[in-house]
Amino acid sequence: MTDRSLVHIAFYAALIAALGLVPPVAIPLTGGVPITAQTLGVMLAGVMLGPVRGGLAVLLFLFLVALGAPFLSGGRGGWGVFTTPSVGFLIGWPVGAFVAGWIMRATSDMNIFVATAVSAAIGGIVVVYAFGVPGVAIMAGLSLPKAALASVIYIPGDLVKVVLAALITQTVARGLPGAVLSRSSSGANDKMAD
Amino acid sequence: MISIYLKGDSWAHRTPAGIKLLSVALASLLLFQVASLWIFLPCLLAVVALYASLGREGLAQLKLLRGLTLFLAILLGLHWLSGTLMEGVAVVLRLVIMFLAANFVSVTTRLDDMLEAVRPLFLPLEWIGLSSRKPALGVALALRFAPHMMQVFSMLREAWQARTGSKTSWRLLAPFAVQSLRMSDNVAEALKARGGSEGLSGRAGNARSGSGFWR
Repeated sequence: MTDRSLVHIAFYAALIAALGLVPPVAIPLTGGVPITAQTLGVMLAGVMLGPVRGGLAVLLFLFLVALGAPFLSGGRGGWGVFTTPSVGFLIGWPVGAFVAGWIMRATSDMNIFVATAVSAAIGGIVVVYAFGVPGVAIMAGLSLPKAALASVIYIPGDLVKVVLAALITQTVARGLPGAVLSRSSSGANDKMAD
Repeated sequence: MISIYLKGDSWAHRTPAGIKLLSVALASLLLFQVASLWIFLPCLLAVVALYASLGREGLAQLKLLRGLTLFLAILLGLHWLSGTLMEGVAVVLRLVIMFLAANFVSVTTRLDDMLEAVRPLFLPLEWIGLSSRKPALGVALALRFAPHMMQVFSMLREAWQARTGSKTSWRLLAPFAVQSLRMSDNVAEALKARGGSEGLSGRAGNARSGSGFWR
């Protein structure tokens, strides 16, 4: 891993932290459920950095939270958050970022907006919920359908974030093409770094 | 202050981080083996007593629970609907105990000491030829980036507010990403110019001085 990769990983870890501080907004589109920007950061990390670095960025972020930095939305942090029912979602984040990055790479000849939307939706929603819902079920002693019911209210908000992730990635690809590392060949980047 | 750490010099602050982490892990495992209110209630009292032993400021840390209340209420509601209210109460109690116990470690341990305590976990990285100090450098970098990015965002938001009168917009996200990405490129260049993470490792690896600036 080059130093440049390390900086990128740290950058996206910090981005997820910064997005956690964006106050939750309730918009009519999501039925009044407040949505936080944090999972947008998870999607972006995977889509922008590619599978390995994206997954590592989310892991670094979770590591910071575990160390006691109050970076989860609502100023939560510390070991305690890994004992709450949402721990499954947290575990799903790095996997989701990995999958999003992997799909992004596999669809590199597709239109960037479409590719990002597909990657973010599968990585950031399908994968994350595949970990999150069983997590709620285990931690809260609920059946899987009930746990899913408790989580489903966040899906509309996540769909909004998928669209945002696609818009942002498209803009960045135009304004700063080198920053979409999952699309540029990583070999060239590593050479630049050393 | 960018951590939930509470400054102090109590017995809990003096206990090594590793011991605190291990005991919380053990206690959480044990708690999952039982489901009796008669065990949970004394446990809850014991955890609250831990906070109380830190004095009034320690007790004030119980406010960390507030973020959980909505979720716990929904949980209790779901259990009530399915006719397992008592089980729901037990689950909620267990979660509260585990959460408070785990947070007690974070409240009484400096982030630097925590990083030091978990360093051995990264030793396997050296088997594949990576420095086990890279995670520490990553932590230091991310902690430095985060406040800077918030600054970039608030500048963009002020400009947006001046132009449109409305507070914030998703339209700020893309320029925010581009601007802060440029910043990260500069940092990568600067790191390279100073010999890279290998050149830094002597200092960055020492978590105490490496991330001491934000304490």
